[in-house]
Amino acid sequence: MIKTTDLIQISSLNFSYGESEIFQNLDVGFSAGKVTAIMGGSGSGKTTILKLIGGQVRPQKGRVICDSKVVNHMRHNELFAHRKTIGMLFQFGALFTDLNVFENVAFPLREQTALPDAAIKDLVLLKLHAVGLRGASRLMPAELSGGMARRVALARAIALDPSLMLYDEPFTGLDPISTAITGNLIRTLNDTLGITSVFVTHDIKASFKVADEVVLLSRGCVTARGKPEDLMESTDPLVQQFVNGEVDGPVPFHVRSRSYREDLALVQSENLK
Amino acid sequence: MTLFKTMLSKLGRKTIDSLWTLGVASTFIFRVIARSSIVIRRPNLLVAEMHFAGVLSLVIIIVSGLFVGLVLGLQGYETLKRYGSTGAVGTLVALSLVRELGPVVSALLFASRAGSAITAEIGIMKTTEQLSAMEMMAVDPYARVIAPMFWGGVLSMPLLAAIFSAMGIIGGYLITVVVIGVDSGAFWSQMQASVDFHHDILNGVIKSVVFGTAVSAISVYEGYASVPTAEGVSKAVTRTVVTSALAVLALDFVLTAFMFTGAH
Ligand SMILES: Nc1ncnc2c1ncn2[C@@H]1O[C@H](COP(=O)(O)OP(=O)(O)OP(=O)(O)O)[C@@H](O)[C@H]1O
Ligand SMILES: [Mg+2]
Repeated sequence: MIKTTDLIQISSLNFSYGESEIFQNLDVGFSAGKVTAIMGGSGSGKTTILKLIGGQVRPQKGRVICDSKVVNHMRHNELFAHRKTIGMLFQFGALFTDLNVFENVAFPLREQTALPDAAIKDLVLLKLHAVGLRGASRLMPAELSGGMARRVALARAIALDPSLMLYDEPFTGLDPISTAITGNLIRTLNDTLGITSVFVTHDIKASFKVADEVVLLSRGCVTARGKPEDLMESTDPLVQQFVNGEVDGPVPFHVRSRSYREDLALVQSENLK
Repeated sequence: MTLFKTMLSKLGRKTIDSLWTLGVASTFIFRVIARSSIVIRRPNLLVAEMHFAGVLSLVIIIVSGLFVGLVLGLQGYETLKRYGSTGAVGTLVALSLVRELGPVVSALLFASRAGSAITAEIGIMKTTEQLSAMEMMAVDPYARVIAPMFWGGVLSMPLLAAIFSAMGIIGGYLITVVVIGVDSGAFWSQMQASVDFHHDILNGVIKSVVFGTAVSAISVYEGYASVPTAEGVSKAVTRTVVTSALAVLALDFVLTAFMFTGAH
């Protein structure tokens, strides 16, 4: 499921954490200039895909190509140059708890540029304004609600004007209004800055509204990739199960185990007699 | 026979595991040291960490130093009285502090106060993905966070040990001269005559630098290697305190054997 025009191309990739295999022969791409949603059950490896793109973990086999460079072969300096073009929003914000909102957003600017303080100040206020939190610049992270922290983290992620934005579960734990605000922000940032965005989510409604394309992960592979409306129409039972949120289907409700009968203690002691 | 075999293999397993950990920890520390040029380029990062580690431990160091001095003065006076040489109590207090108790006790206090805080800080940054976030901003956490913490600890330790010894001597003076009435002139002049700069003070400083390095290395390593959960961080903090204490006492034995045996 890779197109030659894709900005990010992950091909025949195997990845495992120690013994546990996460991906076998994964092939997937993400279109340049579009917003793509990665969907899949818990533990299906959604966060891992973002880490592979950022070069924080390396696959055992296969390639991760970003803008025609192989991320998993990069050395330290190349990798850091690659990461300067990426903005990543972490699931829980990952704000620096000892710095206030302003300093959090200023952090990448102070570390990566030699701008004078006045310029940094204006840039930070600009980014905070974009997420609607210019008024909160003196607060500490502990004083923010979950939704506000996420937006500060977003302002920090866009501080260096990245050309690729990665979002890890930007909607979890947000009320419907904050979800809509965040969804809007992802969309507008992508369109006004002309960047590529990839986000990971469980939220069908939000992702179908915001995304241009949806990638469905299951059992270490990509089950489907397409426009939201195409996935809605799909007859694939797995896609249907996911889209309609059915409890049982190709993805079983029960974790694989012995038969229920064999597991029950009374039945076992019965059998022993 | 099989019991013996399983015991032997368990012992072997344990040994290999500890050697492995030691190897991983050393690699980690070498990596931190290799990325340390930042503390020279941006000294304010180092100063902030020295402030963090030093100020945290300052009160406990001052109070403990004073009490240890008081006890040393009392015990020393009672012992020396038997030999009629109570004037030497100043020497006894100063030498015990500068050679042994200053570096050792302040290192133990430093480990439990600042070392545990360093481990917790790094562990929490890891748990809340702050270190990952830094990596994704193309900022190297080894250089930006860990190296300044490590060097901040290494450099604060000799200062804290010096403060501890100074407070201890003041404590000894208070109890023996002010309270008991030992001659003040004898207290200071005997101390001055018998404490040697090279042999005593310099060796004491070397000890505290070695202890500071060991405690700081253990603290940053345990933080970085902690399991990124609340429970994992609290276990790492405990390990920092226990391992640091054992390391300080063992190193003290080795250093003392080299420094203070034979000569004099
Ligand atoms: N550092 C790690 N070491 C070992 N196993 C890990 C590690 N990180 C993740 N895993 C495992 O890898 C699998 C995939 O993890 P990942 O975080 O990519 O899932 P996810 O799809 O993002 O899940 P969620 O929706 O719950 O965030 C999970 O089963 C997880 O237990
Ligand atoms: Mg995840």
